[in-house]
Amino acid sequence: MRRSVSIAGLAAALLLGMGVFGTGRKGSVTSAQEKTSTMEVKIDNFGFGPVTLTVPVGTAVTWTNRDDIPHTVVSTDDPKTFKSKVLDTDEKFSFTFSKAGAYPYFCSIHPKMTGKVIVQ
Amino acid sequence: MSEKKKDELLHDHNHDGIDRRGFLKCMAWAGTGAFCVMKGGVLNSYSLSRISEIGTSDMMGELSFVQISDSHMGFNKPANPDVAGTLKAAVDKINALTAAPEFMLHTGDISHLSKPEEFDTVDQILKGAKPKDVFYVPGEHDVLNDDGKQFLKRYGKSSKGAGWYSFDKKGTHFMGLVNVTNLKAGGLGTLGHEQLEWLEDDLKHLKHSTPIVVFAHIPLWSVYPEWGWGTEDSAQALAYLKKFGSVTVLNGHIHQTMQKVEGNVTFHTAASTAFPQPAPGKADSPGPMKVPAEQLKSVLGITDVNYVQGQHALAVVDSSLA
Repeated sequence: MRRSVSIAGLAAALLLGMGVFGTGRKGSVTSAQEKTSTMEVKIDNFGFGPVTLTVPVGTAVTWTNRDDIPHTVVSTDDPKTFKSKVLDTDEKFSFTFSKAGAYPYFCSIHPKMTGKVIVQ
Repeated sequence: MSEKKKDELLHDHNHDGIDRRGFLKCMAWAGTGAFCVMKGGVLNSYSLSRISEIGTSDMMGELSFVQISDSHMGFNKPANPDVAGTLKAAVDKINALTAAPEFMLHTGDISHLSKPEEFDTVDQILKGAKPKDVFYVPGEHDVLNDDGKQFLKRYGKSSKGAGWYSFDKKGTHFMGLVNVTNLKAGGLGTLGHEQLEWLEDDLKHLKHSTPIVVFAHIPLWSVYPEWGWGTEDSAQALAYLKKFGSVTVLNGHIHQTMQKVEGNVTFHTAASTAFPQPAPGKADSPGPMKVPAEQLKSVLGITDVNYVQGQHALAVVDSSLA
């Protein structure tokens, strides 16, 4: 399933630079290379797991929707640091965090679903 | 799209013309929407699945319409692999009503993923219903990815803001509200300042004796906030409605029927035509509930509302698709 594609992380970083978001491309992920590590967040039962994820700078985080219901992954800041398209069952979204900080996010369809990525 | 299954007699072990399986299936098809009758200023809503238990006189009023909800066209998981089929079954139920409803309300989640073809399929199926006018409000599944632009283009041409509007039918004032856009992290459904202002203004010219029917996707009362089943700023909306003698609030979203009376306001949620969800807090999450196939239609439904001028009450009855 997983493939080493550091291009995905690069593309995400580029999109970030251009202020263009909303990837959520299916299978557009993911690497566990020496420098860029990957962390996963699973969406199960209307919840993000783990709710809080702490990662080093440069990490690509991938969310996978394992529910029967679509969800989104949207940062709560304004303007949005990241914003996925709607993820149907088994679809993924990834984003590479290039700056330290706390990134709270939520599902814009089911706003009771919240999570946080802490980048150190 | 599957054809409506006939309740055929498969095994007649008792030679009584009733086969247990067919009977259960029949029972199961008891709820796909609500038939609503306005009677004397009071709205009564009957589940379409149980419509046969309702006396003909109860079904007569000044005005009757049907509420359907949560069609989720495009959903194809085990909880219901044939949402087109169950929506068609709902339409059949509606067409079988002796007192033909004047119009239909769809309280949102028409589509599952806001795809054009999902909306097209629902439009096509609903064309087969006798009532030709359908009034829609969006569910959160109808405004994915584009902040509801497509929804507005299709269903909200004469609406305001994110798609809210009002209209009058035979002395009853109907208000379609939108509480599924601009949702905030950690929050519930939201009406927003602009819509609340419009609502206050829209009610200003009405006599307090005017029966009001408010319809929106997410419940306007706190059904179960832990699962997001409520609307942040509904209290403000209800405050504006307080002076009216008869107020009925019709919602969808939670895929089960529930009623509550609070002073002059009757709250009512309709079943889904697609798949059931668990009772509040009775599962880990509000995800689709898988029930045995023969029971599915008993937990799906339509709501019928009947309005009769004069008294002051509304009756809502839900019928399952069985």
